[in-house]
Amino acid sequence: MRPLTAALFLLLLAPAAARAALDPQAVAKLGAEDSEEKLAGVDELARSADPAAARVLQALAEDNLQVANGRVLLLDGERTLDATTLAEVDPAPEGAEPITINNRIRRHVGTALAALRLSDPDRRARLAAAQELADGASLELAPALKAALDREQDREVKPLLALAYAQATLQSPEPAARLSAVKALRDSGNPRVERLLGGLLADGAETDPDVRREALASLEAVRHRLAMGELVGRVFSGLSLGSILLLAALGLAITYGLMGVINMAHGELLMIGAYATYAMQGVFARHFPRHHDWYVVAAVPVAFLAAGLVGAVLERTVIRFLYGRPLETLLATWGASLVLSQAARSTFGAQNVSVANPSWMSGGVPLVANAVLPWNRIVIVAFSLAVLGLVWLAMNRTRFGLFLRAVTQNRAMAGCVGVPTGRLDTLAFAAGAGIAGLGGVALSQIANVGPDMGQAYIVDSFMVVVLGGVGQLAGAVWAALGLGVLSKFLEGWSGAVIAKIAVLAFIIVFIQKRPQGLFALKGRFAED
Amino acid sequence: MDAVARPPLSRWTVPMPPAGWAALGAFLAGALLLVPALHLLTPAGSALHVSDYAVTLGGKVMCYAIVAVALDLVWGYGGILSLGHGLFFALGGYGFGMYLMRAIGREGVYQSDLPDFMVFLDWKALPWYWRGTEHAAWALALAVLVPGLVALVFGFFAFRSRIKGVYFSIITQALTLAAMLLFFRNETGFGGNNGFTDFKRVLGHPIAAPATRVALFMLTAAALAGTLLLCRWLVASRYGRVLTAIRDGESRARFLGYQPHHYKLFAWTLSAVLCGVAGALYVPQVGIINPSEMSPANSIEIAIWVAVGGRGTLVGAVVGAALVNLAKSWFTVAFPEFWNVFLGLLFIGVTLFLPDGLVGLFRRLAARKARA
Repeated sequence: MRPLTAALFLLLLAPAAARAALDPQAVAKLGAEDSEEKLAGVDELARSADPAAARVLQALAEDNLQVANGRVLLLDGERTLDATTLAEVDPAPEGAEPITINNRIRRHVGTALAALRLSDPDRRARLAAAQELADGASLELAPALKAALDREQDREVKPLLALAYAQATLQSPEPAARLSAVKALRDSGNPRVERLLGGLLADGAETDPDVRREALASLEAVRHRLAMGELVGRVFSGLSLGSILLLAALGLAITYGLMGVINMAHGELLMIGAYATYAMQGVFARHFPRHHDWYVVAAVPVAFLAAGLVGAVLERTVIRFLYGRPLETLLATWGASLVLSQAARSTFGAQNVSVANPSWMSGGVPLVANAVLPWNRIVIVAFSLAVLGLVWLAMNRTRFGLFLRAVTQNRAMAGCVGVPTGRLDTLAFAAGAGIAGLGGVALSQIANVGPDMGQAYIVDSFMVVVLGGVGQLAGAVWAALGLGVLSKFLEGWSGAVIAKIAVLAFIIVFIQKRPQGLFALKGRFAED
Repeated sequence: MDAVARPPLSRWTVPMPPAGWAALGAFLAGALLLVPALHLLTPAGSALHVSDYAVTLGGKVMCYAIVAVALDLVWGYGGILSLGHGLFFALGGYGFGMYLMRAIGREGVYQSDLPDFMVFLDWKALPWYWRGTEHAAWALALAVLVPGLVALVFGFFAFRSRIKGVYFSIITQALTLAAMLLFFRNETGFGGNNGFTDFKRVLGHPIAAPATRVALFMLTAAALAGTLLLCRWLVASRYGRVLTAIRDGESRARFLGYQPHHYKLFAWTLSAVLCGVAGALYVPQVGIINPSEMSPANSIEIAIWVAVGGRGTLVGAVVGAALVNLAKSWFTVAFPEFWNVFLGLLFIGVTLFLPDGLVGLFRRLAARKARA
């Protein structure tokens, strides 16, 4: 809680607080000359767990406390209150001196206020207070923290409190107390604990050999847990990048792999899917504001159809005439991509548009303290697996897939036995484009949506197809996930740009060794 | 490959006809005599005056034309579509740009011996690869050797592994993309995303002076003519015929006892070297080189210049580069938002309706007239 909101909150409590009375001795200590005395007063007030104490401490922090003849007064705007009873003193006594505090006391007051806020009924206030205390709590607060820890039920607040408590007890002069604190930290997965224990093990920081040994053991346990968390986080972000690549590459695996069309406008089909999501967001905001969270679900078929329609038009008007000339389809579809991205720029503007995550996709699943799996990425991974399953079913279990495979293997023969090859080409291309549109829906949830977004993915998705081997769905899957995880791992130790360069170099070298990709079609054939 | 669909235009790769020599002569006369005279000798207001802008634009377009001819050599005659020729062009530009940066001397913003961007990065000494670049001759050698070497190494492995067609195109695209990302980094030592600019002089002459500009223009024209003649001679030679044979049937050529990858590698490396020359001529005229020259989009645009003019004709590459770039400089002023649409429709239209480009169209019309 920020000081201002804290003050407002305390003002609301003021009428109730006026009736309660604080320990007069503790309050009187605040007015003492001696700093140690003041510190003791602050700690006593902090232990009282009384909202009125919070008010007095807040006033101390804001330099609104005065002392007159040993009586501590609280300035509240125009009025002057007695700090013990919070009753108004009228007229204000003559010769009141402001109570000044040094920085050490000011820090102390800050943690004391945080400890008081730990009894706040509002979960967010407690979380904020616990976070503040986890950065450094003094030994004097240990009893207050212990009490709060015993009462606390919240899954997010509790580990922070435990950390703060352990930190406070670590300052205890008793080796036994420190030992139990160090042991309590063993189950933590918080990066701060690693720093704390590291500091404890520094030369001259901790002298007791038992505590040192336990601290070392705890540090190793924490480090191990942190490393696991980082590993999980990295694998997961690699998988989610891979599943985006997979959605982009699945479409290409059909259009390029099966039909031999180099579709450089594929990235723009992705863009169409993303803009369709944006449009659905607008439609839902206007017409169904109460069901706004479901716009993503509605966007899935819309994006599929929109991108599929553009794909069908593209096939009928341009690609149809260029079958068997892959290098020329490359140029023509590059032209189409320029036209499409300019069309998007004219329609939606050159700026990126914002697509918000629906509420059920925001947040994440905390795995350990430093690895949170965001829901939007979990949904995307699941979504791409679902699309992959549907594509596999369509290719292997439907008449359309049978025809498509037949045309791929022998166009003339398929035509002779009655497969409508021309219409099939259009349908297959539209399906590939539609899958790219689905990729766009997924992409809109984690990346910027703008007219240039297609260009950023086209090279990557071609890499996936080339790496996986032409005409192979399984190849595309392994290549996409592998590239995703590989680039995230490289990013971890070398930065994004070098990682990208390394991946491109890796692919260039890989192609030298396996020119047909990971999953080459086996059999005897000769080109030309 | 598309060669199955129609007879290759390289049937015309006979020794240059008299009309060709006449056109080349006219071009050289115009570029080496007429333009310099009209630029330097006529007053600025005169109707005959060729403006600074026109000379720079002409020089720039001729640099592009050299790149287009170089691409036509490997694409039109070797069947290798490179989507990474922008890389070789930019490498040439950076090579000579290093000399131009050194020639600024202490006249930069920070008045240091180091180029401004290095001072800005707080570097104390030049990186090793900048050594010797204060000599224009070494920088020029770099501008030619570096693209050539990159192409040689890349091509050696790619052709040996028999990577061809679309695969080759895509990995050249990956190559230029990787290089662009590398050059965008400040740590690479080439000025990051700002690249090289603010040049002051070349070989001791102020770079913006009319005489320098005209000299560079004439040099570029000569280089273009030389490139055309060299490539013409190559494709008409025995080597060129084998290269064309490999394009049309690589396995057959191999079974006949030729080594396709030797032939391809030579054409590929030569093409990269020519691009390096074009880049080195481009930088002093345009006054800037930055990593966006290596973007995949730029390299694909080079392919469309060749396609518009006509693949496998050499002169078509010049025509295409000139027309597309002149259209671009007009469009980006008059209708900036429609340039991309126009370019896109041009890509589609040319591949659908003009598979042999403008030169092919012209030749078809001429043949029809001759028959009638």
